[in-house]
Amino acid sequence: MILEARDVRKLYGPYVALDGVSLSIREGEFVSVIGPNGAGKSTLINVLTGLLAPSAGTVRFKDRDIGGIGMVALTRLGMARSFQLVQIFPELTVLESLQAAVVSRLGGGARIFASLAGDHRIQKDALEIATLFNLADKAHVLARELPQGDKKLLDVASAFALRPEIILLDEPTSGVSTADKHAIMEILVGAAKRIGLRAIIQVEHDMDIVFGYSDRIIALHQGKVLADAAPAQIEADAQVMDMVVGRRHPSSAPQPPGAPHPALSPEGRGNADPSPPPGERAG
Amino acid sequence: MRTAVVLSLVSLALLAIPLVAPAYYVTLMLPFMAYGVVLLGLNLLFGYTGLVSFGHALFIGIGAYTGAVLTTRFGVRQMELILPAAMLAAAVVAAPVGALCVRYVKIYFGTLAFGMVFYTFLLKFYKLTGGDEGMRMLRPWLLGSEWAGWSKTAYLIGPYYYFSLAVLVLATLLMWRIVRSPFGLCLKTIRENQLKAESLGVSVPLYRWYAFIISAAYAAVGGALLATPTGNVDPTLAYWTHSGNIVFMVLLGGFSSFFGPLLGAFVFIFLQDTVMSIFPYWRLIFGAILAFIVIFAPGGLMGLFARRRPVEVPRG
Repeated sequence: MILEARDVRKLYGPYVALDGVSLSIREGEFVSVIGPNGAGKSTLINVLTGLLAPSAGTVRFKDRDIGGIGMVALTRLGMARSFQLVQIFPELTVLESLQAAVVSRLGGGARIFASLAGDHRIQKDALEIATLFNLADKAHVLARELPQGDKKLLDVASAFALRPEIILLDEPTSGVSTADKHAIMEILVGAAKRIGLRAIIQVEHDMDIVFGYSDRIIALHQGKVLADAAPAQIEADAQVMDMVVGRRHPSSAPQPPGAPHPALSPEGRGNADPSPPPGERAG
Repeated sequence: MRTAVVLSLVSLALLAIPLVAPAYYVTLMLPFMAYGVVLLGLNLLFGYTGLVSFGHALFIGIGAYTGAVLTTRFGVRQMELILPAAMLAAAVVAAPVGALCVRYVKIYFGTLAFGMVFYTFLLKFYKLTGGDEGMRMLRPWLLGSEWAGWSKTAYLIGPYYYFSLAVLVLATLLMWRIVRSPFGLCLKTIRENQLKAESLGVSVPLYRWYAFIISAAYAAVGGALLATPTGNVDPTLAYWTHSGNIVFMVLLGGFSSFFGPLLGAFVFIFLQDTVMSIFPYWRLIFGAILAFIVIFAPGGLMGLFARRRPVEVPRG
């Protein structure tokens, strides 16, 4: 068990955003959290990543209570995240943005008189992540000048540059054109394998992405876990599909329980080469 | 390449000024160099970390008074000791002030309040500080020499000029290194997007605190340099309008450029001297200039001069 939440409640005044949520994330899993607006998905991610302290209950990461310890401390423990709205450093280049994550990972941020340009390890690691995310050719482009799809990629790539053990992605394809979504997911899954990520949790609205990439789906409704099961089981549950998805999803092929995890297992979906087919990514 | 050529020409000009320019203009260069050091530090906060300090005159005052106290009360005349002592004094004050301030941004970044507390201290504790009359700053020794046979003007436009220039160059080289270090990159991430910086493990309050202390030390060095030409220090050095002046210099030159603040200091000093000599209400003119910069040239003078090369963005 890498990450575990037990009976987590989160209150905003009288409003109950999370009401006794329990979940556990195991080695190698790609878990999607779904639910209608207001179900508590982003609050859950914020609690799991230490941005918010739970009002009650516990969150444990690698057998350590991490409730409200903050993103900086969690990053050092091996957890990274991206945000629903694209978060970039607008006036930094792609390479500088990735270097910042590498610097943080290596603990070298307090090196006041060291040369950033002369540190080959930082340069190499940042460029490696840029290459994994198909951003190497834009390494010296300012982040604000990137197309929207690349901004989203950079946001996620910088979290990957921390080389975390687990990553939590809040709508990794939101604000991205339909044509770009699968390309981003393929890159992301390929990069996850390459850096040896142990688990991915994502919040996602796009059911093609959710059913296409997840090993397990956690459905939230009004702050409670409505279902926690494999995609095939979720799809077979009419009540969950009606309440959370709003329709029956046609694309998911049934998977037997205990099937290998498609996203992060070596034999699973996605090529180790994260490059999408040419022309798939729109500008 | 172009930057290297411009810097070489500027360096040569700075070296030659005492040899070719009238003494009056050479003495005007002294506050430029002192403020230049102050602004290099201030811009680490402003331009690189995204924090605007409206109370930074506090540290100029600490530097200036450190020099005055050391030369008049303790007989320490060596500038090579005064400058580190000023840095140390500023760092000692900046550590707790910064710890209280760095969690807040914009107008809540409360250095102004601490600056005014120090100003009041200087004004009211007459026996310690000389009150509104201030204290004398005795002529400091440079490189172990008293320069006893030199008149005040000869001392200022000769050895003191070159000493100040050396300090400015050293401060510039150090700051150049700082902003291009892993630490400098972390500061830029805080300026650009605090939430994202934290998500990458950058401890925002801690890095702001480091930057604040470095910035304070720079301001104190500038303050100590500033005190020598006038030979007197007084509480107005720590007054809030003085803090406003140095923020104005940064805006004038351009805070998003490394050399912008230095250009701002240079233009401010010489413009102020020129405007004051022909028009008594010089603040009116400067107010109009500030309004012009804010509206039409947010990048300051460097923003007007700099030609940004268009970046080709591949589109899929």
